[in-house]
Amino acid sequence: MLTIQNLHAGIEGKKILNGINLDIKKGEVHAIMGPNGSGKSTLASVLAGRSDYEVLDGTVEFLGKDLLEMSPEQRAAEGLFLAFQYPVEIPGLNTVNFIKTAVNEIRKYRGEAPLDAVSFLKKMKEKMALVNIEQTLLSRSLNEGFSGGEKKRNEVFQMAMLEPRLAILDETDSGLDIDAIRIVSNGVNKLRNKDNAILVVTHYQRLLDYIVPDFVHVLYNGRIVKSGPKELALELEERGYDFIKNENKAEVA
Amino acid sequence: MKTELIQVKSRDAEDELSTIEKTVYSDYKYGFVTHIEADEAPKGLNEDVIRFISARKKEPQWMLEWRLKAYRHWLTMKTPEWANIKFPPINYQDIIYYSAPKQKINPKNLDEIDPELIRTFEKLGISLEEQKRLTGVAVDAVIDSVSIGTSFKGQLAELGIIFCSMSEAIQEHPDLIREHLGSVVPITDNYFSALNAAVFSDGSFCYIPKGVRCPMELSTYFRINAENTGQFERTLIVAEAGSYVSYLEGCTAPMRDENQLHAAVVELVAMEHAEIKYSTVQNWYPGDKQGRGGVYNFVTKRGICKGNHSKISWTQVETGSAITWKYPSVILKGDYSTGEFYSVAVTNNYQQADTGTKMMHLGKNTRSRIVSKGISAGFSNNSYRGLVHVSKNASNSRNFSQCDSLLLGDKCGAHTFPYIEVKNNTAVVEHEATTSKIGEDQIFYCNQRGIDTETAVALIINGFAKEVMNQLPMEFAVEAQKLLAISLEGSVG
Repeated sequence: MLTIQNLHAGIEGKKILNGINLDIKKGEVHAIMGPNGSGKSTLASVLAGRSDYEVLDGTVEFLGKDLLEMSPEQRAAEGLFLAFQYPVEIPGLNTVNFIKTAVNEIRKYRGEAPLDAVSFLKKMKEKMALVNIEQTLLSRSLNEGFSGGEKKRNEVFQMAMLEPRLAILDETDSGLDIDAIRIVSNGVNKLRNKDNAILVVTHYQRLLDYIVPDFVHVLYNGRIVKSGPKELALELEERGYDFIKNENKAEVA
Repeated sequence: MKTELIQVKSRDAEDELSTIEKTVYSDYKYGFVTHIEADEAPKGLNEDVIRFISARKKEPQWMLEWRLKAYRHWLTMKTPEWANIKFPPINYQDIIYYSAPKQKINPKNLDEIDPELIRTFEKLGISLEEQKRLTGVAVDAVIDSVSIGTSFKGQLAELGIIFCSMSEAIQEHPDLIREHLGSVVPITDNYFSALNAAVFSDGSFCYIPKGVRCPMELSTYFRINAENTGQFERTLIVAEAGSYVSYLEGCTAPMRDENQLHAAVVELVAMEHAEIKYSTVQNWYPGDKQGRGGVYNFVTKRGICKGNHSKISWTQVETGSAITWKYPSVILKGDYSTGEFYSVAVTNNYQQADTGTKMMHLGKNTRSRIVSKGISAGFSNNSYRGLVHVSKNASNSRNFSQCDSLLLGDKCGAHTFPYIEVKNNTAVVEHEATTSKIGEDQIFYCNQRGIDTETAVALIINGFAKEVMNQLPMEFAVEAQKLLAISLEGSVG
């Protein structure tokens, strides 16, 4: 589904990703872990197409197409979804209105007719139940005055509504207490199926107790330095990132 | 019921989007010139020109004298320079003050109106026929200076409502005109209103008798057509005790390189328990991307809440004009009267807007509410200027003001000039102001959800302006949303 080869990227002249290779197949959940500044969020931003990041080398293929050639909105329409670490607030823009616009813009891109009000409402009710979000939250302005947990639940709800092929969760656990993490994770788990894939980007292992990955990759200095099964996350939790750093120093030396 | 409808509408993403899709071109949509034979006054301004206008309109002597008095006073006045706008001196001798489409006779129905004029309205998307059939809005259309044909007059007449051109009102209802014309904006009020009083050529008059609730939105569509013609229309609305009226004003002008002067005066009079709701969507030609041409819009709008418990509400969406100088105001004379001002002003390229309101609290327990949303893009400058005055006797008066500015890009300016004068210590006056920028983050967030940048900007802008847009009657709300999107096309990304 997603094949990243030798990806180099940076921002404002500063190189952050130094040759990422990653292959994600449908039905899989991958976790990218790493210390602060290792390039986790940069990777998520580059995949989503944020314009302030510059791709210097490498290729990314998504569902057989060249992802890096596409605008951010095309990537979204092709089925790539980013759950933001810091979802933005847009005052006065009703959340439902926003999501309906997104759903229908994506349908338009795919040559489908827009959802009428009744079908949209039906779909919304269904997904609301699935990810456990209240109507009152959705009738407010987009993310305005939402708590950290509410913002993240809103991200997962949008994921449910847009039904992406690949969802990237960027530090979805940051700023959440354990109850909020559980609620958000339950939502994500209900959205997992054999046709989609999830890339979880996280600093801490605790999120992976709830969203259990098939593969764990450790990012350090802009490269994936270690990959393994879900147990790798536990090892990291136990030993800290220092052992990765030391291992790498040794390698370099 | 009406409000609910509007809310449903404004929340309906589908509508917002389809209107934006339809408007993918970014140039001024209303820039065409209709070739109609015009009956014009000679260029320039002097007492003879004023006599010419008055004679053409077969006005009574008192009207001519009123005009001349205004003209003589105007000669003693100077162009106001306190506003935050810059423009070269206007040559008042280079303007044609009267331009009337040649009409054979006064039209009784639409069939008698020049088909070319009807086509103009069709291009504007407000064909009288369509309006009549679909919306139930009574339209008094003003092209250049003469009002041509007013629809729905018969139905309104049954309720005793008068809705006609100002010229007709001067002929048919001289007592009402003599009583109210200039009673809210006196001929000596300011430079541009004095000029208007001297040379105004037409406008609308609306009278709602005691206890009558006007069953439809009344609407005037203004448009400047002939070259070098200033448009000086004069509108007067009188709502007798216990009556209600909602009035819509829409404005467009063809594209021209020269600047066209527009100096209108609107006066509103609300008696006891009466309510007037006045909504404007102003879309005069703003000039090109380099700031050439465009309309100079110097407008005086003022209402008086004369009776106790009366209410006047101004709502404006200002997207056009090279210069906007406009302060729709309310004199709160009656006890328990209410004044409201809801405004969205958009400036792009080299447009300049200095707009706001005055709320004059004279009566006891009076209330006013000001919500101003300024959006600036390009190299434009957008200023809010407002005065809240509470006089000595206006005990327990309250005002709430909210002034928000939104900036697109870093070459434009937003300014706020709030003036507060309180002479009664029981008054409560609140003022809140914010300035924000459309963030790259906001746009990227929308992009990531499959929404392109133009649509994202439209969503963000409409969200920002929502509180004001919700005040507009539904027919206008859709057009206004569309206009916001068009005015700002190409200003981001």
